[in-house]
Amino acid sequence: MSTAILYWAIMFAQTALVAAMLLALTRMIKGPRAQDRVLGLDTLYVNSMLLLLVFGIRTGNTLYFEASLIIAILGFVATVALAKFLMRGEVIE
Amino acid sequence: MNHLADLPFWAAWLVAAFLFIGGSLTLIGSFGLYRLRSFYDRIHAPTLGTSWGTAAVVLASIICFSVLQSRPVFQEILVGIFVTITTPVTLMLLGRAALYRDRSENNPNVPAVDPPEGILDQPKMGDKLESVEQCSSKHE
Repeated sequence: MSTAILYWAIMFAQTALVAAMLLALTRMIKGPRAQDRVLGLDTLYVNSMLLLLVFGIRTGNTLYFEASLIIAILGFVATVALAKFLMRGEVIE
Repeated sequence: MNHLADLPFWAAWLVAAFLFIGGSLTLIGSFGLYRLRSFYDRIHAPTLGTSWGTAAVVLASIICFSVLQSRPVFQEILVGIFVTITTPVTLMLLGRAALYRDRSENNPNVPAVDPPEGILDQPKMGDKLESVEQCSSKHE
């Protein structure tokens, strides 16, 4: 009984996160201006990080946690660099 | 999925509830990103996923691994702390960059600005017309 509940919750969370990634990807492709695309990329990073955490719960493997931490760090650096580029026209002055 | 059968009843319910909350909040946030109209509305929506979406999934992961390994496992909280700290930084930078771009292009749908000192000295469109009229009347 509890295993079935957990199974359906994991399936629901994975489906919702993949749908959220698709919505962020749509905004990234469609976005009218550059800042919309950067925001879509940031959301895509966060959603994929959460999806990896749910994968870790599903497989019982703690290795996915490290991958999600690396994705979080890379997403932060990438978004800050892109916002700096949008503001100044160059990343390192 | 065999390891999940080892979870006791209460832990399975807690993990399932947190996964449900986290997944649905993240989906709502991304749907807001897709659906809202202006960029300044849109920048608020994904924070739903980065605040309680991340917190719920991290809590589910902490409960699951702590019960499975029968010792406290707190390494996932690193992800939660990191995302909580970095999201305001990135979104404020991105918002300032978007505001700067919109103002430099004189977009009409942008919040009002305290004008920098140089702009106040320059004549506006109406002022220039009046001054031209004054000048022409003086000449006459």
